[in-house]
Parts: sequence; structure tokens; C-alpha cells
Amino acid sequence: MTVARFWREIPQRYNMVGTKCETCGRVFFPPRSVCPHCRRNGKIVEYKCSGKGKVLTFSILNSASEQYAEMKPYVLAIVELEEGSRVTTQVICEPDEVFIGMPVKSVFRVLDREGSDGIIHYGTKFVPDVV
Amino acid sequence: MVGIITYGAYIPRYRIKIEEIARVWGANAAEITGGLGVIEKAVPDYDENTATFAVEATRSALARRSVDPTEIKAVYVGSESHPYAVKPTAVTVGEAIGATPVMTAADYEFACKAGTAGIQTAMGLVSSGMMKYAVAIGADTAQGAPGDALEYTAAAGGAAYVIGNDDPIAVINHTCSFTSDTPDFWRREGEDYPRHGGRFSGDPGYFKHVTGAAKMMLADMGTKPSDYDYAVFHQPNATFPQKGAAMLGFTPEQIKTGLIVPRLGNTYSGAVPLGLAAILDAAKPGDRIFVTSYGSGAGSDAFDITVTDAILNKIDRSKGPSVESTLAKAKYLDYAVYARHKGKIKV
Repeated sequence: MTVARFWREIPQRYNMVGTKCETCGRVFFPPRSVCPHCRRNGKIVEYKCSGKGKVLTFSILNSASEQYAEMKPYVLAIVELEEGSRVTTQVICEPDEVFIGMPVKSVFRVLDREGSDGIIHYGTKFVPDVV
Repeated sequence: MVGIITYGAYIPRYRIKIEEIARVWGANAAEITGGLGVIEKAVPDYDENTATFAVEATRSALARRSVDPTEIKAVYVGSESHPYAVKPTAVTVGEAIGATPVMTAADYEFACKAGTAGIQTAMGLVSSGMMKYAVAIGADTAQGAPGDALEYTAAAGGAAYVIGNDDPIAVINHTCSFTSDTPDFWRREGEDYPRHGGRFSGDPGYFKHVTGAAKMMLADMGTKPSDYDYAVFHQPNATFPQKGAAMLGFTPEQIKTGLIVPRLGNTYSGAVPLGLAAILDAAKPGDRIFVTSYGSGAGSDAFDITVTDAILNKIDRSKGPSVESTLAKAKYLDYAVYARHKGKIKV
């Protein structure tokens, strides 16, 4: 990833800043600049997601690309946020802990590192939301 | 009065037992555990570092009390394991808590006392009226070379303090410091692991500076150790703070709550901030807390703190994890997996 692209996406990566259509109330994460439902009648504003959600489905990755190899086996899930948007994300827990419907919350983690001398990409992952 | 507006702590979930490290290096586990008074230490996950600890601890602080992040005009992160040699950790924290761009920021380094140095800077900025809130963080993923004495205690974690004048949960009555050029521990540029002067780090390092700052505080305030409900000292192991406390006249009961090193290890810049967080988790209005940090190199910062009614009615401590609750949730690693976590295996 280029430095410029990472920098441009910091608000959504760090703080889950998406958008909301004030016409229909739908929330979009990652952010959309046009509401696909209301189109020209839509009114898009910035919206910070709560970071709470639940696991819609998941997969256990035992074979990973080089930058994620040290984490394997790890849980990759589609998380449905409270606001309705769905994100593909790592859920940090043991593979035998995850289940469909598991409540999760966002945490701040390293997403990947560009070798030993490049940029460190920080962002959001999820952990089980247990009391 | 300047004081702590809110606070937050972060400790990663992984641990390694000291006896497991001793097993690998053929050392006498009972002797080491007994000598250090440490039974296990916290280990970071692969995707955690000082910046992620700092962000999580600060977010926990902000979850406990409603503070407008745009009123935070300074962020200082004290650590000796900043992820970049050049590029501040503090800006990542500022961005992740929504305090940027109208703020100042810098990273501090003073071995294990950079976090308390940040609190002093924040006190100055707030007391002078330059800003409403400043954040000071102490966090580390401490390094210890494989097989070195430091490896038995070098741990991971951090705590964050929002400093301000507005209804603090704890007033900081006074701070003072004791500092000298004492080469008891160091890491040169480009080196992976620090070196130390062995036993030299005791008397001319830790004890001289801790007792120097602590005695100065007692003299400045006209107090005696029995005037305090709690005391917390830098804890590179459990032996040093217990001995230092006894030298000064503090009782084992006074230091018990803040002495978290036996189950946490030495979190370097995070050590005293986390010990103080453990005390604030338990404190009630009127409690008086004596704090003395220590950073090799060397120096100590002392603080005299009084807990206020605001700890009951201005902050919801249950909104952030307590130090005790995070210490209780431990997942144990063997040495091989621990070595992977710490990046000690180069492939």
C-alpha cells in the first residue's frame, strides 16, 4: 500500500469513520460518497461507527500471505456492525472460541508492517465483547 | 487544582511463567522467582506494540469520563520501545482519540520513568492555563536479550492519564524529582536489546534516586509515611520496591495494592502508571497516595496525590477494565511461542 493511500484512509482505519445518508438513515462503512438507495436525493454526512457488532460468519486461516503468516491460525470474519454495515476483519481470539452471532467490539492494532524499515499500518480489528 | 481527570490501563492477554524462561536457559527457577518476587510476565500479541497499548489505555480513560477530545491540546507518550526510531507515537494516539490537529505532541524517553515525566509536563501545561487537558501515557513492550537477567521481567503494558484542573478525581498536591547522570542501564542506537550494570543498578541507581525523591517529597510536604493510605514505587522486580519502601518507613500494607509486578513483570515506562491505576481502581475519596517512579540513567519523579469525591460521581470506573480484571485474564505461552511473539526468532 502506498503511504498516501494509508494516510488518506486513517480516519476509517483508526476510528471507523464512515458516512450516513440523512435521507434514509443508512450508515456506510467503509464510507460511500453517494447513497445507492436515495441517489441524488440522498444527503451524505460523516458518521463515526460505535465499533460494536456481531460475527455474521467466519473462517479459520491456516495458510496466510507473508505479512499475516506469523498470526496463523487466525480468525477472519465478516462482522455486522450495530449500524448495519458489514466489514471483513480479523477477530482476535482462539479459533475454537469464535461462533456465529458472537458479540464483538473494535480494538486498535497493527494491521501489517512494510518490512522492518517501512510504514506500520495501524487500524481496527475486533475482539470478543465479553463482560 | 491540577490533577487526574480520568485514567485507563492496558495489559495484553498473554503471559509467560518465569519458571518456563528459567527452564529454557537451565537456570534455577525457584531461585530466580524467589529473588525477583516475580512469577509471570505479560507478553504482547503479534499485532500489539507501544502505540496500540497507548491508544487502548487512553480510549479506556475517555470511556470512563466524558472528555471532549478536541479540548486535549497535548499528548505525551513515554516509552523506551517506541515503534519508530523517527516518527512520533504520540501523533498516532492523538489521531486515534480524535484530538488532532489542534494539539502539540511528543515522545518521551527516560528508561522506566518517561511516563511520569509526561505527567509532570502535562501538569505544567494545564497549571499555566495553556490548555484545559493534556494526556500523559507510559507504555512499553520491554526488551530483554534472550538469556539475560532482564528477560525474566521485561514485560508489556501501559496506562494513560488525562491531566486537567476541572474536577479532578485525584488532586496532585506536589511533584518533585531527583536526577543525576548514572549509567546503570542503556541501549545504544540500532541495538535490539539494552545492557545494564548488573548490581550497580541497585544502590547508586534505584535506591539513591527513589529515596532521594521520596525524602524530598516528605520534606516539601511536611508529611511522614504513615500519612499516606497507599504508596507505589517503580517495580523492576518485587524486591526493590519492597526494600525501598521499608527504607523510607512505608509498610507492606501501604504498597500492596500498587505492587502488581509479581503477576505483570516490569512494564518499564508503564510500571508506575499501571501501579497507580491499580490503586485508583480501589481508592475512595480522601485517600492519599505517595508515588515515586525510577528511570535508569537516572532519575525519580515523586507525586503526592489526594483522591477526591469526583472519583465516585464524575467518573464511571466500570467503563474501563480494571488492572486486576486484566491481570486475571491470562493466556499462557511456552518459551518458543513467546519468542515468536517478541520477534526473537529471525527468519
